[in-house]
Amino acid sequence: MATAIEVVTAHGAGAASHGGDDHSDHPPPSAGVNSRKMLMWLFLASDCMFFGTLIATYMTYRNRSIELQMPPYPNEIFDIPYTSVSAFVLLMSSLTMVLALSAIKRNDHRGLRVWISATALLGAIFVGGQFFEFTTFAREGLTLSSNIFGSSFYVLTGFHGTHVTIGVIWLLTLLFVSLRGGLSSEKALDVELAGLYWHFVDIVWIVIFTLVYLVPYANPPEGGAEAAPEALIQLMTLGQRLLATLPF
Amino acid sequence: MVSKPVAHDQHGAEHEEAHASDQTYIRIAVILAIITIVEVIIYYVPSFRPVLVPVLIVLSVAKFATVVGYFMHLKYDSQVFRIMFIAGLVLSLGVFVAMLAMFWTVNSYQPFIGG
Repeated sequence: MATAIEVVTAHGAGAASHGGDDHSDHPPPSAGVNSRKMLMWLFLASDCMFFGTLIATYMTYRNRSIELQMPPYPNEIFDIPYTSVSAFVLLMSSLTMVLALSAIKRNDHRGLRVWISATALLGAIFVGGQFFEFTTFAREGLTLSSNIFGSSFYVLTGFHGTHVTIGVIWLLTLLFVSLRGGLSSEKALDVELAGLYWHFVDIVWIVIFTLVYLVPYANPPEGGAEAAPEALIQLMTLGQRLLATLPF
Repeated sequence: MVSKPVAHDQHGAEHEEAHASDQTYIRIAVILAIITIVEVIIYYVPSFRPVLVPVLIVLSVAKFATVVGYFMHLKYDSQVFRIMFIAGLVLSLGVFVAMLAMFWTVNSYQPFIGG
């Protein structure tokens, strides 16, 4: 406890000697780091655990619908070339985001607006692509309640899509603030925090793309559901009844 | 225990982080795009099937580390951020491994079997 007090006190003195002019929009730093940035990293660390549990759940159940012979199966409906393009789009949006931050640090407002707009556009393309993918899967019979693969897949990728959507809204807000002249190089931290969030969304998709789409699944069974043992058929029927009671 | 006060010079140094140039960012993005293309290509090559999962995981980790290190500036930023993020990552990996291990042990379930 004494450590923290000592560090903050020493910093406070340092900032005071600078007149606090160049730190006007920054909260008082503690332990030599900016508090807002520290909070963002803490949030990202907690979000790691959030997505970690969702991915672990998906990995646990990824082959289960095949074992239980409850189609549609993942390897029958995934369109790898299509998802690869989506992954590429999101990856490139990380580049445009980092170029936006670089531009605002140089006080290049036009560059900031161009790159922020490009990032938001690429993010919107990704979300639109995900929406199209979801509707295609639904037409092929995979819904949130059709089998355990559908439930875990939609929850995981849906939460990721929500994160991307929030990121797009954040970027558009920054663009709006910039157009009104509210963003300068002194406020580069605002862009940096949005960038950290955006890159995090990208790294989560790197993991999802590999573990959900590319890592192969068990081969689908030759026969239909009739080939399953009696106990499994009963379990499937019970599960289907349970899922049918869900409101969505 | 009393730590050394943080000097203002050090604080200033952290504001002047040595970030990469735009050219470096573009080069990194090209490398990431190439890794993604390699991932998709090896997915379709049947002879890669026996080693597909470990190769995909290695490539994925390389992409992850590159984005975090360069685009998120963790390579250049304060060690405090690095420790925080790695702590979250290790905890989530722990949950991931524990959950898979539990299902593997109890149900003889193997999530990576396939192909």
